[in-house]
Amino acid sequence: MNKVLLIIQREYLSRVKKKSFLILTFLVPSLFIGMMSLVVYLTAKGDDKVKEFKVLDQSGIFENQFTNSNNLNFSYIKGNYEDAKKDIRKEKESFLLYIPANYDLTKNVEVIAEKKPGINLINDVENQMETIIRNKKLIAAGIDTSVLNSSREKVSINAKQLTDEGEKDASIGATFIVGFASAFLIYLALFIYGAQVMRGVIEEKTTRIIEVIVSSVKPFQLMLGKILGIGAVGLTQFLMWIILTAGLSTLAANYLTKDDTGKAKTEQVMKKDMNHPDIQKVASGNKVTQFLDAADTINFPYIIGTFLFYFLGGYLLYSALFAAVGSAVDNETETQQFMLPITLPLIFTFIIGMNVIVNNPDSTLSFWMSIIPFTSPIAMMIRIPFGVPVWQLVLSMTLLVIGFIFTTWVASRIYRVGILMYGKKVTYKELAKWFNYKE
Amino acid sequence: MLKVSHIVKEYAKHRALDDVSLEVEKGTIFGLLGPNGAGKTSLIRIINQITGPDAGEVFFNGEKLNQSHINKIGYLPEERGLYKKMEIGEQMLYLAQLKGLSRADATNRIKYWFEKMEMQNWWKKKVEDLSKGMQQKVQFVATILHEPELIILDEPFTGFDPVNAEVIKNEILELNQKGATIIFSTHRMESVEELCDHIALINKSHKILDGSVKSIKNAYRNNTFRVGLTREFDTSTLKTFEIISSKKEEESENFTIKLKDGFSTNDVLQELLPQTGIIYLEEVIPSINEIFIEKVKQLN
Repeated sequence: MNKVLLIIQREYLSRVKKKSFLILTFLVPSLFIGMMSLVVYLTAKGDDKVKEFKVLDQSGIFENQFTNSNNLNFSYIKGNYEDAKKDIRKEKESFLLYIPANYDLTKNVEVIAEKKPGINLINDVENQMETIIRNKKLIAAGIDTSVLNSSREKVSINAKQLTDEGEKDASIGATFIVGFASAFLIYLALFIYGAQVMRGVIEEKTTRIIEVIVSSVKPFQLMLGKILGIGAVGLTQFLMWIILTAGLSTLAANYLTKDDTGKAKTEQVMKKDMNHPDIQKVASGNKVTQFLDAADTINFPYIIGTFLFYFLGGYLLYSALFAAVGSAVDNETETQQFMLPITLPLIFTFIIGMNVIVNNPDSTLSFWMSIIPFTSPIAMMIRIPFGVPVWQLVLSMTLLVIGFIFTTWVASRIYRVGILMYGKKVTYKELAKWFNYKE
Repeated sequence: MLKVSHIVKEYAKHRALDDVSLEVEKGTIFGLLGPNGAGKTSLIRIINQITGPDAGEVFFNGEKLNQSHINKIGYLPEERGLYKKMEIGEQMLYLAQLKGLSRADATNRIKYWFEKMEMQNWWKKKVEDLSKGMQQKVQFVATILHEPELIILDEPFTGFDPVNAEVIKNEILELNQKGATIIFSTHRMESVEELCDHIALINKSHKILDGSVKSIKNAYRNNTFRVGLTREFDTSTLKTFEIISSKKEEESENFTIKLKDGFSTNDVLQELLPQTGIIYLEEVIPSINEIFIEKVKQLN
């Protein structure tokens, strides 16, 4: 056991001491927060200036019908189209909205300006014009304006989740994001750290140090030490990311709230663009506020706890297989043929997860995928934020533990033979033979 | 100290070791000789408990081989290797600790050996920065750091330049004098012939010969001698010997001869002296290599 500890220590330190580890540890949260901040900043800044629209309406229908908003200001002009066009070139921040006398909404309405108008701006104007025309037509058909106004009800569904503590608001958007993010992280981590295990095994084989090591420890101890050591590296990295992201986002949030106008604008943007409070959370660029909001409805210690469990379980299950693949080949290019059966369930789960489980977390398919050990680390993480019955969670976790003990056992039988085999093109048949060797 | 008894090891298609038995006495230098693919490495791996035999047993100091013996054996494999990116010092500490040394003990011993082998400033270096010969030196020190009772060296002198090979050879002899038992495994039989007390020859998974170097050589002496003469002599009537081969050089006539039964070298000299001048006469002692070839021929 002492020797396994020594191996874990070496595997861990030799990786954590690397520059690339440090860089990655700091780069990922910085990039994440940086990108989020940038999105928030740009969204706020994009609507910074009030856009002046000069409406040259020759049809007479839209006269005084446009409503001004936070960033749109309409004024109405008269005159000649050519003159108006010349004038608008002098005013850098203004747009000319030209509606000809015999207008056709799909053809000859024009927005003319020195610079290109944004797509949102055009959308706003189009929406307003559509509403104006619809209203006019409805009124012409004899419908009362008061009926018209009362018919524009807004619908906003509040999802409530029944739990032991009673009813609580289910933040669908945040739930989706948390489920997606944790499943995606597990998916990535299984590949990254699994491949590290495989590369470590190949390195020991190609440098031929393997024979020295296995004359001191049993192959199983070496494999176990390597898997656990690299797993510890993964955990360290995740913990650092969580701490750094939390720290940096608090800093970023502080910075944003300190700048009152900035915050006000952010809120304005969010209120204006989104009607549904939950969609608002999903679609908004401001992940910082969104996570802060979501924290009220999402049980983060529970999510992080299950995340760590499924990361470790999935990692142990898959890294043992990666180790077996590494032992069977002489260099990395030969790994291709054995990688497919390992990567396929992962990719498959991820795709199904993103398309089916997210939309239907309690379907039969979702249930089975979150129970079977090969798919459960990803599938279950998507389901967990939506709420999973305890018995399913216990079943899934138990099977995952049994699963990784099984794969480790299978892998170690291939590994002990593979590490001492050189210069052989190995087939699946051969692997089966190794598996059956005595001692 | 080491007893290998009726070992059989089979791989998928062939039998690597077939009923091999041998015994290594404490404090001796033992040569495990045979061509490539004879089964030497398979046997060594079994002694190192890297693989297990399909049949047969190994005893270490009278006990059946078990995990506790791992730390008493030092093994230098034929295929050498170290972690390329790891510092030499750290690497040696790691390997020594895997053999059961404490960190403090390991540090002291590494320092001692670094000084002895003139590697003092290598601690912080990485393996990839060393020449191949230097790496071999590091590997050798790593093998013996935990002061093993049994040192197994697989092809120990390949990869060393003559100077360093001599250094290593002397270190091995010194360790042997301090009580360590040494097993050399090699296919270059002439390279260890003069070092070994005892040898075993392995060919095609079988042990074909086993014994002390002296007794084996004595058994394969066959009254063959080389003589150098100043001029030719009458070869038509030879009483005491027959000529196996001859070779003419500028200043001498050289013959390989075989004594006839019942005659000694003195009789040969008496026969030759009246006819020619004698430059030298020496016994032809077969090399292990020749004995091996002879033995394989006999078996076929």
